[in-house]
Amino acid sequence: MLTTSPTPVLNLAAAAPELLLAIGALALLMVGVFRQNQAGALLVHWLTVGLLTLAGIAAFLGGGDTQYAFGGVFVSDGVSRFAKVFIFFGTAIILILSRQYMQRAKLLIFEFPVLVALAALGMAMMVSSADLIALYMGLELQSLSLYVLASFRRDSVRSTEAGLKYFVLGALSSGLLLFGASFVYGATVSTEFVVIAERIAEGEPNVGLVIGLAFVLAGLAFKISAAPFHMWTPDVYEGAPTPITAFMATAPKMAAAVLMVRVLYDGFGPTMVPEWQQIVSFLAAASMLVGSIAAIGQTDIKRLMAYSSIGHMGFALVGMAAGTEAGATSVLVYLAIYMTMNLGVFAYILTMRRNDVAMTKISDLSGLWQRDGFSALCLTVLMFSLAGIPPLAGFWAKWYTFGAAVEAGLIWLLVIATVAAVISAFYYLRLVKIMVFDEAAEGFDGPMGGEFRAVLGLSAAVMILFVIGGLGVTEMAADAATIYAR
Amino acid sequence: MQAVAFYMFSIVAVIAGTLVVFARNPVHSVLWLILAFFSTAGLFVMMGAEFLAMLLMIIYVGAVAVLFLFVVMMLDIDFAELRGRVAQYLPLGLAIGVILVIQLSVGFAAWTGMEQENIEPGAVYGMTNAHALGSVVYTRYVYAFQAAGLILLVAMVGAIVLTLRHREGVKKQNVLEQMYRDPQTAVELKDVRPGQSL
Repeated sequence: MLTTSPTPVLNLAAAAPELLLAIGALALLMVGVFRQNQAGALLVHWLTVGLLTLAGIAAFLGGGDTQYAFGGVFVSDGVSRFAKVFIFFGTAIILILSRQYMQRAKLLIFEFPVLVALAALGMAMMVSSADLIALYMGLELQSLSLYVLASFRRDSVRSTEAGLKYFVLGALSSGLLLFGASFVYGATVSTEFVVIAERIAEGEPNVGLVIGLAFVLAGLAFKISAAPFHMWTPDVYEGAPTPITAFMATAPKMAAAVLMVRVLYDGFGPTMVPEWQQIVSFLAAASMLVGSIAAIGQTDIKRLMAYSSIGHMGFALVGMAAGTEAGATSVLVYLAIYMTMNLGVFAYILTMRRNDVAMTKISDLSGLWQRDGFSALCLTVLMFSLAGIPPLAGFWAKWYTFGAAVEAGLIWLLVIATVAAVISAFYYLRLVKIMVFDEAAEGFDGPMGGEFRAVLGLSAAVMILFVIGGLGVTEMAADAATIYAR
Repeated sequence: MQAVAFYMFSIVAVIAGTLVVFARNPVHSVLWLILAFFSTAGLFVMMGAEFLAMLLMIIYVGAVAVLFLFVVMMLDIDFAELRGRVAQYLPLGLAIGVILVIQLSVGFAAWTGMEQENIEPGAVYGMTNAHALGSVVYTRYVYAFQAAGLILLVAMVGAIVLTLRHREGVKKQNVLEQMYRDPQTAVELKDVRPGQSL
């Protein structure tokens, strides 16, 4: 398309957070390589936290309206900035929380924070993509870093298995995505979302386009672990080192969901909503049911959180299926709240060690109320919020997605969502019952580190205080989603 | 002449492809694979896609096939036993093949329905493929190109993280150490008297 292309405008300022992160990560890699010892690794670790914070601030301050960079394949607008702020700060918090665990497991080498930063860069590229090629590049950068991180504990069979499983299934999903993307290109002769939307609006959607759409959606569903493409999630969550599990359960979910919004709302714009609405509704219904029913029998808290994430992605998809401005807002709010809840829960899971061995059984939590009242209280609030009980934040998250679905007339989906929410409340509340009413199990090692206490307490406080005007997050998300107003 | 070359390349490619699957010796399989790559490269050249042909040679023949050869030679797999189970996997393989053919034909049908801009490969802009690619890769596609670089960097870092082990007692060559040796420290002169050992 050499002749039809607009003159490539670099406009690097629009991509400032990404450039900062990319150059910073490369520099930190050098720092690590030239200081090959524990102190060097720790230095790189803290510098990466600082770098991510800087990138988050840059994303937050980079206001203004929609800007395109790199000749139109990269877009910086409200939605991408909203997602980036959460991705960068969430990743920084995960790094702070993982320091202790990684040090005890002798896994704190300088490559760890660098790979995490590159994964965050991939996520930022995903949420900013305005082109199928850019989308794939961001997705692959994020996925490849996560494959390596999942098998980071290379001496452990489980971790290696998790990495391999994730890699093979991830490669398969990338294949599906590319296959679909080639169909979309074949039908519209462009990879840019704007042009694709224009071409679709011009004519009737043909078979090739619908096939392409279905394959692209299948590939993306793999990445957000929506049923029926969720099989890898429990095994990978269980096998990967806990900080990596915490990472995978927070920022990448936000990135993949926002990426899906980008493809569906930008690329397959308003005219093709009926075509993809049924696919997304099906994914949503299946994920909610699988997430809530399969989680009941779990005894491992990491597996439980995996099924919980499948279910929660289903609820987020309910909002996405609406295909309206309210739908986009609800997805952003849902993911923001979900990330905050998960950060709190994983902050506690990371401290569950007995005799210097990481514990992950749910039964290890029994009688926590008597041993550590503060943590038990915070976890109880978080569990109530995950279950979606008013007036906690988790309830409002569901409120907005359900509201968007009602507006779009998806009543049947709402019925399934309500049933799934009730079923899922069972296992969240069972966890509360185990913590509060069961006989106390042997305590965990030592006093909890300050960083864990702070994150756990803050995230529980956010759950309670969200009722006060949504702490500004709802407004931010609504502002961001105005680009989908019509 | 073109038709003769086309049929020659395609027949060789198909036969070589079949033999990749049916050759008894896995090393022969890889060699047949290389022949299949060569024939496909010839087909690419005939279509005016000489750059793709070049890539096929460099990447697939030069790197991938050689990697396969190493894997085949290094892994201790009983290929005769694996081959015995061909009949077991045949129905599934055939089913997947049939589905792929159907999908491709549906896609092709949808594609031919669209209005097409007929682009003669290579000829349109009056430059070769490599030249055309070179003129866009650092301008229009700079974002994707740099991102691909980062992905490859992650792959490299990941491979090192997951496989590098620092073991004690490994004899490594240290070039600097070798260069800084001098006769005073490296050579020791001993006066051995006749009839005596050291």
